Amino acid sequence: MDPLGATISGLLDGFASGAFSSEEAVRAFADRIEAHNGKLNAVLDFDPAHALEQARAIDARRAQGHDLGPLAGVPIAIKDNICRRGELTTCCSRMLASYRPPFDATVIRRLHHAGAVILGRLNMDEFAMGSSNETSCFGPARNPWDLERSPGGSSGGAAAAVAASLAPTALGSDTGGSIRQPAALTGVVGLKPTYGRVSRYGLVAFASSLDQIGPFGREVADVARVLSVIAGRDPMDSTSVDRDVPDYLAALESKPDRPLRVGLAREFFSEGLDPEVESAIREAARVFEAEGATVSEISLPNSKHAIPAYYIVAPAEASSNLARYDGTIFGHRAEDFEPKTDAEKDLPALIRMMMASRAEGFGPEVTRRIMLGTFVLSAGYADRYYVQALKVRRLIRDDFDRAFQNVDVILGPTSPVPAFKVGEKLSDPLAMYLLDVYTGPANLAGIPGISLPGGLTKSGLPIGIQLQAPAFAEETLLRAARIFERATDWHTKRPGLV
Amino acid sequence: MNLSSEDVAKVALLARLRLGPEELATYTEQINEIIHYVEQLQQVDTAGVEPLAHGVEVRNVFREDRRHESLPREQALGNAPKRNHEAFLVPAVLQ
Repeated sequence: MDPLGATISGLLDGFASGAFSSEEAVRAFADRIEAHNGKLNAVLDFDPAHALEQARAIDARRAQGHDLGPLAGVPIAIKDNICRRGELTTCCSRMLASYRPPFDATVIRRLHHAGAVILGRLNMDEFAMGSSNETSCFGPARNPWDLERSPGGSSGGAAAAVAASLAPTALGSDTGGSIRQPAALTGVVGLKPTYGRVSRYGLVAFASSLDQIGPFGREVADVARVLSVIAGRDPMDSTSVDRDVPDYLAALESKPDRPLRVGLAREFFSEGLDPEVESAIREAARVFEAEGATVSEISLPNSKHAIPAYYIVAPAEASSNLARYDGTIFGHRAEDFEPKTDAEKDLPALIRMMMASRAEGFGPEVTRRIMLGTFVLSAGYADRYYVQALKVRRLIRDDFDRAFQNVDVILGPTSPVPAFKVGEKLSDPLAMYLLDVYTGPANLAGIPGISLPGGLTKSGLPIGIQLQAPAFAEETLLRAARIFERATDWHTKRPGLV
Repeated sequence: MNLSSEDVAKVALLARLRLGPEELATYTEQINEIIHYVEQLQQVDTAGVEPLAHGVEVRNVFREDRRHESLPREQALGNAPKRNHEAFLVPAVLQ
């Protein structure tokens, strides 16, 4: 048995039966990273020594017959915006190039407690701003299905790593689709939990009312297992919600007393949707019907406003969150902040230091969003843009509330298009933003969403299907995802990477 | 709504960003394009709609006001770009 091909369940079985140890599994993934990461650029500066040491400690405890956590010995890779004590956590930004947090994110503490082995950090768009992993200061990650193409973003490294078996599972973050869209483009499973389901403590903030940490895996059971570990109330994040954490894995095989009700929004089938993606969604609807679910048409009339609302709310929050990077307490500080223009001569040295540090530290997409956010919050414009966007946000959530009175889950596309070429969209910010058209609404509404492998294009690129459920209905969401997965074999397809 | 390069320069100053002349021209064009795009929200009738700041609304989260351990000074200063043995150092604030 080969740990590289295994799901989390397969790894746990392998450890239990003695087929391989955690150390052997970590070594296999480390070798795989060594062999393939050069062309994928998914994992950043990985040194396996610490992971191997952690794995040996777990193996020793297992040999002594100790009770082990639910992820004991399972390697997991982490997006570069989730803090680990003493380890570089850079958000793939020059601004944080040497930042080592003095604390662990709550999800990291929970993973350690569950016995998981941290396998290194993952490439991403700078500060999670991007849909292609191209804004990273470490260069783009590549899609293992076609190295000319992007794995999506912002959690592009996480998706590429899981798709290429550099890691069996990974944590990413999703602010407007940053877990689900790359999962779709690389043929893996990616889950964005309900806002408040998982603590954001230690997740470097981008847009605090939208950000949520979530897992990647090869199959639905993988993300269910990781969610069970990372979910729950955390006193360090006052927006984390005090609700019981169910056994999500058990939910997958549970038999509800009535058939699943699947909704298909007519607004999903709009201009810009790739015909092959559309066929995959229609086929997925047939699969659900064949499995005994009912499929009905619903309407989300305000979903067409989600992208403009998102690109006001997210930059507004980002401009405020990223104000902390000013070269004083942590992060990059410019050496030279002498006045460059006459206008700058009137500014105090401290302000010039901050401006020069931020100009050097932030890349173009981050700069653009900070500017946009600053503008939509500025005196005279806040009502017209920011407040109006928040009102539209309520209309978007009300649409979902209405739809979920009649259906359990909503089926639709994750990304309007399959993986696109690196460089194809980078020069046109608005074209890049439109990629979030199907994923942004869930962040605005706070509801959970999952992307599943749902097909391959004629040219052999993965197609993702998305399911969305009401807030805190992850059990329903995962069960529905499992119904589709059980009936199809798209999740078993792997890129022919050699 | 159309932002001039002077407007964008003012936003850059508010955001504590320093832009060169070429960058100012590029951002002015791009930000105008994005603002034109989001302008479509003005067409949505939101009369009587309350703004929604969080998808999942949680209110009045309290905790005990108790003293607990804080970050030791050496760790708090650990990522400082410039420091001495007890403080962060910045250019003179008062001239």
